[in-house]
This record gives sequence, structure tokens and C-alpha cells, in this order.
Amino acid sequence: MTQPRELPIAGNGDVVLVRQHVRKVAVEVGLSLVDQTKVVTAASELARNALVHAGGGRVRIEIVHNGVRQGLRLAFSDEGPGIPDVQQALTEGWSTGNGLGLGLSGSRRLMDEFELVSEPGEGTVITVTKWAR
Amino acid sequence: MDRVPILKLGDILIVTIQIDLEDQSVLALQEDLADTVVATGARGLIIDITAVEIVDSFIGRMLSTIASVARMLDAQTVVVGMRPAVAITLVELGLSLGGVRTALNLEKGVALLDHVWDRARR
Repeated sequence: MTQPRELPIAGNGDVVLVRQHVRKVAVEVGLSLVDQTKVVTAASELARNALVHAGGGRVRIEIVHNGVRQGLRLAFSDEGPGIPDVQQALTEGWSTGNGLGLGLSGSRRLMDEFELVSEPGEGTVITVTKWAR
Repeated sequence: MDRVPILKLGDILIVTIQIDLEDQSVLALQEDLADTVVATGARGLIIDITAVEIVDSFIGRMLSTIASVARMLDAQTVVVGMRPAVAITLVELGLSLGGVRTALNLEKGVALLDHVWDRARR
């Protein structure tokens, strides 16, 4: 079984590598094709967020268990400026970059669990999980 | 950075995306397509995403932007070959690709362009 792995997010090419590795682990966990696609899409949004808003960061990719269920957990962390108003940041269409403001709100809809911890000046950690059905 | 080739067939430009696109490649494709539409006078643009495993908000926005830019340059855009899982994910993400015509495959995409041109001539 794939061990937990941490990948850097320092450039556009890294976003592609994160997508590819997440896809590989999603298949291993036994996610359906639709769920694989949702997880890889969310990973792409969150990796780009770390790059655009914090100048980079990293992601920890691991397989988790809950009884007999297997899941895939991704933890994106950065040392960027942090998010002053988390509720606002999770609002659809709200953006400080030049994107569509779908990255956070959309990723939350695509995953089963979503946790965001951030303090201004302290960086941001976003942990998301998808469980195999 | 990988660049996506643009093929010309009559009045139509055809782009088949077969690589995992970096953001820079997406932006380059946007510019290449606008230039090629003007240089060739193409009236139609077909973007084939059969091989594309995910469309995130960045790529989705690129598709909408290309369609809008092409329209201003007198060309109609059709996105063909979207996988069912990609369609489901896009809707859940909150992107509906408003303003972008779609068809199930290349053949239907060409037929759709013919239909659009036919209607415009009447």
C-alpha cells in the first residue's frame, strides 16, 4: 500500500504532479470513477490556491481508515498570509485573486469532509477527505 | 511547457487536448487559438477534450474565454467529447460553461457548426 507522501507545490508543473499522484492513490483506495474525478479536481483547485495566494506550499496525501471504510485524505498547507475571514472565503464567487471564486466552495462540495484552519499571518491548512462507498 | 497543436480542416480549426495541461499551456493555447482564427479566417473551432480526465475552474474558464474571444473574431466554438464524470464534477464545482456549445463527439460537433452556419445564412 502506498505510504503517506508529501509533495511540494512550488510551480505550475507541481500542480500537474499533485493531480497525477492523487489520481493514482484514489484508484488504489477504490474510489469510483466519478469520485476519482471529483477528488483530482478538488486537489487541482486547492493546489492552485496555495500557489496563487501563498506563493506555494505542500500537500500530504494519505490513505485513511474508518472501520472497514477506506478513504483518501489530502492536507494542503502553506505559510502564506492566511485567511482573515474564513466564512467569506468559503462563499461562492468570492475571490481575492483573479479566479472565479469557486476553488474553496467548489472543493468543499466535491469532497466528503472539509476542514480549514487559518490565522492571518500564520498560513493556512486545508484538510479534505473522500470515503470509498 | 507543452504546446497543443492546432489542425485546420476547411473552415474549421480542431484542437485535441491530449496532455495533462499546466496553467501556462492553457494560457498559451488561448492566445495561439485567437491568432490562428485571425490568420486563417476560420469560422469554426472544435476543442476535443475526449482525453481530458479533469476540468477544473481554470480550464473551465479557459473554455468559456476561448468561446467568447472566438465569437468576437467571427468564429463559433464547440467543445466535444466531455466525459460523463467530468460533466458531473463541473456541475458540482459550480461551473456550467454558460455560452459554450457542446457536442458528444467530433462528428456531432462538425454537424452542429454546419447547422449554426446554415441558420445564419437564412
